[in-house]
Formats: sequence, C-alpha cells, structure tokens
Amino acid sequence: MRATIPALGYADLRRLMDQQLGDEKHTPSATSTLDVIWVLYDRILRIDPDRTDDPDRDRFVLSKGHGPMAYYAVLAAKGFIGVETLRTFGRYDSPLGYHPDRNLVPGVEISSGSLGHGLGIAVGMALGLRIRRSPARVFSLVGDAELDEGSNHEAIAFAGRVGLDNLVVVAVDNRSSSYGWPGGLAARFALEGWSSTTVDGRDHAAVERAFNVEHEGRPHAVVAVVESKR
Amino acid sequence: MRDRFYATADELVGADKRIAVVLADIGVGRMPRSETSHADRVINVGIREQLMVGVASGLALTGFRPIVHSYAPFVVERPFEMLKLDLGHNDVGAIVVSVGASYDAAANGRTHQTPEDVAVLSALPGWRIYVPGHPGEVDQLLRAAARTDERVYLRLSDQSNQLARPITPGRLHLERRGRDATVIATGPLLDATLEATADMDVTVLYMTTARPFDGDTLRASLTGDLIVLVEPYLVGTSSAEVATALADIPHRIAAIGVPNVEHRKYGTWQEHNAAHGLDPRGIRARIERALSPIA
Repeated sequence: MRATIPALGYADLRRLMDQQLGDEKHTPSATSTLDVIWVLYDRILRIDPDRTDDPDRDRFVLSKGHGPMAYYAVLAAKGFIGVETLRTFGRYDSPLGYHPDRNLVPGVEISSGSLGHGLGIAVGMALGLRIRRSPARVFSLVGDAELDEGSNHEAIAFAGRVGLDNLVVVAVDNRSSSYGWPGGLAARFALEGWSSTTVDGRDHAAVERAFNVEHEGRPHAVVAVVESKR
Repeated sequence: MRDRFYATADELVGADKRIAVVLADIGVGRMPRSETSHADRVINVGIREQLMVGVASGLALTGFRPIVHSYAPFVVERPFEMLKLDLGHNDVGAIVVSVGASYDAAANGRTHQTPEDVAVLSALPGWRIYVPGHPGEVDQLLRAAARTDERVYLRLSDQSNQLARPITPGRLHLERRGRDATVIATGPLLDATLEATADMDVTVLYMTTARPFDGDTLRASLTGDLIVLVEPYLVGTSSAEVATALADIPHRIAAIGVPNVEHRKYGTWQEHNAAHGLDPRGIRARIERALSPIA
C-alpha cells in the first residue's frame, strides 16, 4: 500500500527542517539526504503511518543516523510524527534526538547514529523477510564517509554472495570520505555481486527510476551523488 | 557443554520457527538436521562477527529469536558495540552463546582468552547472563532462553562439574548449609569449591545466573559476615552485586577469580586454574585466610 495522502509536500521540507535547531554541524549531512528520503517515502516505500507494525511493510533503515532533520521532516510531512514535535528537536524529553531512536519515534525502524551499524541490521531484516517469504523490501541509506567503517563491507560482501535481492542500499555520496573511493562507489558494490547504478541525488525522477531497476537475484545499490560537502 | 548446545539448538530450530542460528564459521556443520532441513534459519555469515550480531538484530526486528554463537572473544569483545546498540539500544533480544570461556583455549594464547566476558557484558543493561556448570544445565538454560525475547548470554566452558544440579534460572541454588561463611561457587567451579570446603562449616550457594544477580537468595541464606565469591572469570566481577545486595548488612567479601593482568601463558586450563588459585587447593587456601581472625 502507499502512504496516506500527504498533507505536506516537498516544498515544505526546508521549512520543517528549519524548525529543528541546535545540530547545525550536521546540516550538510541532513540536506544531502533530503531528496532521496523524500523520493523513498513519496514514491517507493510501501508503508502506512497508521500501520507501522505491519509485518509486510517495507523498511527504511537510516544507517547514517547523522543529521536526521531531513528524516524527521519527511516523517512529519508523511504523517508519522506531528509537525509540532519538530520544535522539540534535541531537548531532554523530546522523542527527536540528534540521532534517531526507534523506541521513541513512530516509523523509525532502527536506532542509529554510530556509523556502520545499519547495513548489517538491514541484511538481517532482509534475511528475515526472505525466510518469511514476505514481499517487503529493505532500503538502507548509508553515506560515502560512513562506508569507511569496515563493518559495512562485511555486510556488502555477504549480501552479494547470498543474492539478497530484497535489499536496496542508497549510498549518498557527497564526497565526504577522507580518502575517497577510487573507481566510484558503484564499482565497489558491483565487485561484490550487486546491481549498482549512479544517479544525480537531486533528480527525483532519476532517483525513482534507479530504485525501480530490476535486480532479481542480486541486492541493488543506488549511489546518489550530491554536491560536495567540502 | 558445547556438544549439548549444538544438539539442543539443532532440536530447537526444528521445533520453533522463530529460532534462527547465526554463525561466523565457528559451529558450522555441528547442527546437521537444521542445516539440511531448515538451512534458511542456520545462517553462516563467514568470519564477520560484527555482521553476525547485526544480522541477529535484523532477524529479531522481523520476528525471529536469533541464537548467535562463536568463541567468547569474537562474540563478546569484537562486536561489543553491536551488542550494545544493534541489540540493546534497539531493544531487541538474542541468545549469545560463547565457547572458549576464560582460558579454555589456553594454548591459543591471549587472543583466544576472555576472562573479561561477564564483566564486559555486565556493563550493559538488560542482559541475562547464564554460567552453566554442566551440559544438562546448558540444555535447561538454553531452552529457558529460547522461550523469552530477552538478551541472554550463555557462557559454555570445557570445564564441567560431575553432576547437574536442579537449578532454577535466575536463582542461586542452595548446595549446602553451614555456619561460618557463605561461599558462592559459580558454574564449573562448583566441584572444586565443594572439594576445597569439604571439611569447612560453610554455606555453599551455586550460581548459574550471574545477571541479574540473585540478591534475595543470598540475603535469605546468609551465614556469618564473610561472603566468598568464587568465579571462573575476572576476579571480583560480582563483588559490586554482592555489596549492593547486602548494602544494609555488615559483611566482608573475599573474591576469587582470574587476575586482571595481561596473560602470556599457554598450556591448559587446568594449569591456569592452579596458577590463579582456582583449583581446590587454591580456593581452600584463600578461604582459610579469609576466615582467619584479623591480626
């Protein structure tokens, strides 16, 4: 099923992000993910804010928990959390921290923030859904600098070997990895047996097409290039 | 213990569709029925221990009851942040089963020795830590863990007592009543402790659930003001638990365990036990000193 008809749209997201003050250090991180998260929630994910425990829902796993202002803005626009909650961002008793907590925020699938954890969990989710023969897919967002963490490569190698085709990674590449990825990120995934493609991370139609690429028998990586953070 | 774990896990996979075993090469081929009939729920991720715990978290988040298994240093210490976050902070459960307790794999050296495991895991909230002393107790504790969604650590050892006890998960077992002191013998060190105290008039409690610590039974069984804590892992691992349980009761604690030093000895676990005073002779000597009047 598709998400409920949104009361708010893409044009509202910047305003919603601006209500979340205090973590300006991660604003570039948040803005780099804004478009791909929007496309996922607006066009791709089969999820319903009124049924966040549906066992056959698609899962969005924000592995890179940094800069969740964009994530929270999209969740608010799509009715998972109240818009008024955004103003509490980072406060002691707010559900919205600088890194998301699945136990506090409806619709958030994992608690993340420490880099290099989400993709491994996403692999486990995809395995679990495959065992249950669920039609659901798992989408995990990682950053190009997050991929410096070796744990990601345990997950990438394994997912490729076992043909985990209900797993999609979107790697937001804003060139923030200290030593870069010679040959490009897509090639890294392809080397491990993944389907992979590189798109303009601000082009919604291109991002949508990239998510809908057929990748039977293989996990799929979408490298979404956005403006450099440097 | 290890053989019993594989046999029971093999049976559980067949009997319960929620059970999924996640391995990192260690243990592959030891659950033949499951690996043939339920291959989708016996998952070997290769030598990728961080992924092993992450996968367990993802399985738990999709409705499974994962059993994670490897050598203690590789399932506790290497993926420690995954245990803390992927399981703990995400508030999902798994049964983490280790082999190679403390220096069971002594000849392999420090890289394969983990006397810190229980202390390390005790620093995380919400973990139930089982330290069985006999294969029969492994079976009982694993089955008990499988019925819950808790985060459970099951610590297997090559060391074993001669007989299983009628334990209750979560409780200290009263092995013997005495008058002069209370001795808590943990898991596979029960037999050595009983031999060491054979002619002493002391109460002996048998601990197979290290966390949460059963302070109620300790208080109810307390004999004298001396508590002797005999643990097969880092010395004093449970001293704070004893002190907390007896905060309003004057008492002394004598902790016997593995010293917190950089271990550079090989050999066998028997030699390590003797070197650290964890054989009957060493345990007896330590208790005698503790019972002696203070000069």
